[in-house]
Amino acid sequence: MADIVKLTIDGREIQAEKGKLLIEVARQNGIEVPAFCYHEDYTLQAACRMCLVEIEKTPKLQVGCTTPVAEGMVVRTDSDLVRKSRKGMVEFLLTNHPLDCPVCDKGGECELQDMAFRYGAGESRFVERKIHTDEKQWSPVVYFDAPRCILCYRCVRACNEGMGVGALGVGNRGAISEIVPNHGDHLECDECGLCIDICPVGALTSGAYRYQTRPWEMEHVGTICTHCADGCKTTLGVRNDEIMRGNNRDRSGINNEFLCVKGRYAFDFTKHPERLQSPMMKTEKGFEPISWSQALEVVSTKFSEAKARGAKFGVIGSNHTTNEENFFLAKFARQGLGTNNIDHHRTGDLATFFDALSGKTNALATTNDVYSAKAVLVVGADLAQQHPFLSFQARANFRHHNAHIYAVTSGPVREDNQAVASVRVQKGGEVAGVESLRDKLKSEGDLVIVFGDAVQADALRKLVDFGDSLGIPVKYVCLVDYSNSRGAFDMGVLPRDGGMSREQMLAATDLDVLWVVGANPLKIAALASKQAFVVVQDLFMSETAKQADVVLPAASAYEKNGTVTNVCGEVQRLKQAIKVMGTKTDLEIFGQIAKEMGLNLGIWLPDKVFEEIRESVHGYGVSPALLAIGPVPTIPLNGRVAALPGAIQSSGDTLFTSGSLTPYSEILNKVMEAPGRLYGGQGQ
Amino acid sequence: MAKQLYNEPSPLETRIVSKNFAIEGSETLDVYLANDGYKAFRKAKEMTPEAIIEEVKTSGLRGRGGAGFPTGLKWSFVPRNSPKPRVIVVNADESEPGTCKDRLLMEYDPHQLIEGILIGGLAVDAHAGYIYIRGEYRYLIEKMDRAIDEAYANGYLGKNVAGTGFQFDLYTHSGAGAYECGEETALLDSIEGKRGIPRMKPPFPAVAGAWALPTLLNNVETFSAIPPIIRDGGAAFAVLGTPKNGGTRLVCISGHVNKPGVYELPLGFPMLKAIYEVAGGIPGGKKLKAVVPGGSSCPILKADECDILMDYDTLAKVGSMLGSGGMVVLDETTDMVRFALRIMKFYAHESCGWCIPCREGTTWLKKILQRFYEGQGRREDISMLGELSKNMLGRTFCALGDAAALPTISIVEKFTEDFEAYLARQEVLV
Repeated sequence: MADIVKLTIDGREIQAEKGKLLIEVARQNGIEVPAFCYHEDYTLQAACRMCLVEIEKTPKLQVGCTTPVAEGMVVRTDSDLVRKSRKGMVEFLLTNHPLDCPVCDKGGECELQDMAFRYGAGESRFVERKIHTDEKQWSPVVYFDAPRCILCYRCVRACNEGMGVGALGVGNRGAISEIVPNHGDHLECDECGLCIDICPVGALTSGAYRYQTRPWEMEHVGTICTHCADGCKTTLGVRNDEIMRGNNRDRSGINNEFLCVKGRYAFDFTKHPERLQSPMMKTEKGFEPISWSQALEVVSTKFSEAKARGAKFGVIGSNHTTNEENFFLAKFARQGLGTNNIDHHRTGDLATFFDALSGKTNALATTNDVYSAKAVLVVGADLAQQHPFLSFQARANFRHHNAHIYAVTSGPVREDNQAVASVRVQKGGEVAGVESLRDKLKSEGDLVIVFGDAVQADALRKLVDFGDSLGIPVKYVCLVDYSNSRGAFDMGVLPRDGGMSREQMLAATDLDVLWVVGANPLKIAALASKQAFVVVQDLFMSETAKQADVVLPAASAYEKNGTVTNVCGEVQRLKQAIKVMGTKTDLEIFGQIAKEMGLNLGIWLPDKVFEEIRESVHGYGVSPALLAIGPVPTIPLNGRVAALPGAIQSSGDTLFTSGSLTPYSEILNKVMEAPGRLYGGQGQ
Repeated sequence: MAKQLYNEPSPLETRIVSKNFAIEGSETLDVYLANDGYKAFRKAKEMTPEAIIEEVKTSGLRGRGGAGFPTGLKWSFVPRNSPKPRVIVVNADESEPGTCKDRLLMEYDPHQLIEGILIGGLAVDAHAGYIYIRGEYRYLIEKMDRAIDEAYANGYLGKNVAGTGFQFDLYTHSGAGAYECGEETALLDSIEGKRGIPRMKPPFPAVAGAWALPTLLNNVETFSAIPPIIRDGGAAFAVLGTPKNGGTRLVCISGHVNKPGVYELPLGFPMLKAIYEVAGGIPGGKKLKAVVPGGSSCPILKADECDILMDYDTLAKVGSMLGSGGMVVLDETTDMVRFALRIMKFYAHESCGWCIPCREGTTWLKKILQRFYEGQGRREDISMLGELSKNMLGRTFCALGDAAALPTISIVEKFTEDFEAYLARQEVLV
């Protein structure tokens, strides 16, 4: 237990942990101490001088953001002197700040605006000429308007400390000091846009959002990003059924202020002109649009016929659809179609993983564990590329808790910068590499091992054995690629009980029906069966959809409700942000096909399906009330898991790609074409 | 022919630190050795570190960079038994307007500075030193490097200093033209290759300075005063000044005087005597209007406040500072608006930009003064100058904001009539 001190703030007696910062203690007790530069995640600056307070027995005002509380301290945050000082600071700030709030993106949610209203003077005494410099574009997504900048250095710290990139610095001095890219006139960075959202004013603006709307014209829908498996919360700003922006400014969700380029900008695929908005049927003249009722009739008739004659079905599910959809699809395949031939693109060896962990408790790490563990070991994965949030968590852990980071990878990774030890191995040599760290790891307090698809089957079992043998608490994260890869596994979109794997379905010459939901297996593989009736549900005319007989336009994750499970097994809720004309959610499509076929698979409303999941899927018995608040960790079946046929491979996306969605996100393509990106188009 | 100095010495001086200045070849090691050179170091080598620091305390020496912190006390803060190596950093970033003494110490007697640093090394058990010289003193860096090379060549630096077995390495480091880097923690950042902005304190440099090592950081003049103090004893130095204000210091007298220059005067020397006798009085017999007592950051003194003794405590009593010894004498013809503008131009240019009040405040004040000077002043500007300065005072990250605010406040308050005169002239024109 830390030492507790008693102090007085504004006449109130307050107890606080000794050494805590005054600004934190005041805020925790509901006493407002304004600040621009102070940000609890990053280093202290004491630059903005907004948090000056009066402390008895000190001659000058003191900054709350660097003053630790001490026994008997008497603090005043509301005296005339303090008020005058704040007013003076705001007045100084506004001298060179342009008063272009009516056109500024930040207007309405600007911290300087708020402070000026609350503490500032109504009229400016500044009658001189303001310093002006022209706006600059630093990247496809980052614009900088220097006159608006108040130099709080949040962006510099977020980029350097938070992202580990360090693309921003400070140039010049005095009143013409400004934030500058560290490499010439453009950013060499992750293009994550963290600098933009952490900016208290409108100095940094987003290339995807600027001058398009005002904050109060939008509805703000908090949902989960649909790209990688980390499960970051993104709050979509929606106006007239169009997503205008994504951010996590309220720092809710598991990801705090973090979002990567995909979470923040890559929602634009939803309005891509090639988006399918009507069911299509292949005819002699090529694909022709048909009505939904026609399409459902064709599909259900074909399915019923095939089922009646005992035909061979193949069902390939998605890494992106919701738990409810995956659950319903698995039920549809097994009960409705009577087939066990159901699979999805598996990107991590979860089957072996859960089997190897059977009988162990507390072995699954959450995203928060990556931030709080004493040590983090990254094996065979480039987190900064494929799991940017886990990478951010590890860096934050290093920064805030001085955690020991280890990396065993085939090439250089960003974690090397924080690592106690980095080991380079050939692919396949990961476990041997980990073994070489045994002595160091043994002395850690506890450990989270994060491993990629390079570690599967026997190697994975060896890694878990290794973890067991260390004699310290060890938790694991088995990396998977996409927003609901984990959920697809948990919901049983798997070739259990003798079913065919994805590869086997595609290779079977006697396959009669292939039903592909939100996946693109024919991008790299060929369909061996010539007679198969192919139904594809997708957002776009993918390589697989082009070979389909019927294509059904599906809604994306931003257009539906439901739940998804992230890489660490935390289940979170999706909230529908927009509706795209002509599309249906996959769940609705399943339900309507079932209805047409006369199957009774239950109600296809997300909430109802989730009720079923709660009852029948192990570990998902979470309370909907808890789920409404935030992520809930799930604990999968704690017993032996049968081995599954089929290959497991990550698709090797980079920070700037997202599987088959990549070509349809204009912003990702712009970023990839821009100079100075940190990563090329190809993965490791 | 006698050596050509920047200014003629005055018979009223007490030449201790500057005693070798006039000697031909004073910058060479030979001449230094012939004039008591390294006697102090050899003496210090025989003393305990505690005794050295005690001697410095006895001398009453206070930091000559401007803040006037007791040197011996500062030395005692450096943890000698820290597991980390200690380093010495010499602040030769002499940038305070009106101050020009460190350059003479490095130009005329670099070996005295080196010896002072070595004694500091003995006192805190440091074995490396860095002299941070302002970028504009390029020529001095060369002179200092030459002296260091000479010391190395003759065994007064390196593995075996003066044959005593003491090891010490000394380097020069160039500043890049920032006044802010004269602030000790900004200087440390700059030495480390970072942008020169001040650090948060604590930790103080004595505990975690350059590269987070315990650092002994003093001004050039402070280190240069160490050899005479050790050689002749702290008491002999102390007795030259007034109580608590030991010894002599180099006073740089500039402005409206007949004989501007750097003069070594004992602390407690009468200010008027310095102006009228040492520096030869005001040209043309004009009347004294004001004096900047110790560099541009010190509150200005009106003529009737100048009948005082020059020591730290007396200056503090009249609301000003002895600062870095840069005394600027202003005669009755001086336009105080223009003077205030000149000062503020300097601070606005030199503000590092780190914190809001200094960055925005100095520029705003400069713009107001500029407008006033150009005949566009308004009556409310006069009070606003004072108010804005007070909004900066004591609220900035480092002392630069105070350095800009203090003289402005004093000028506006003490010479309001100069500002009024501008307004009156404008009214006539209208």
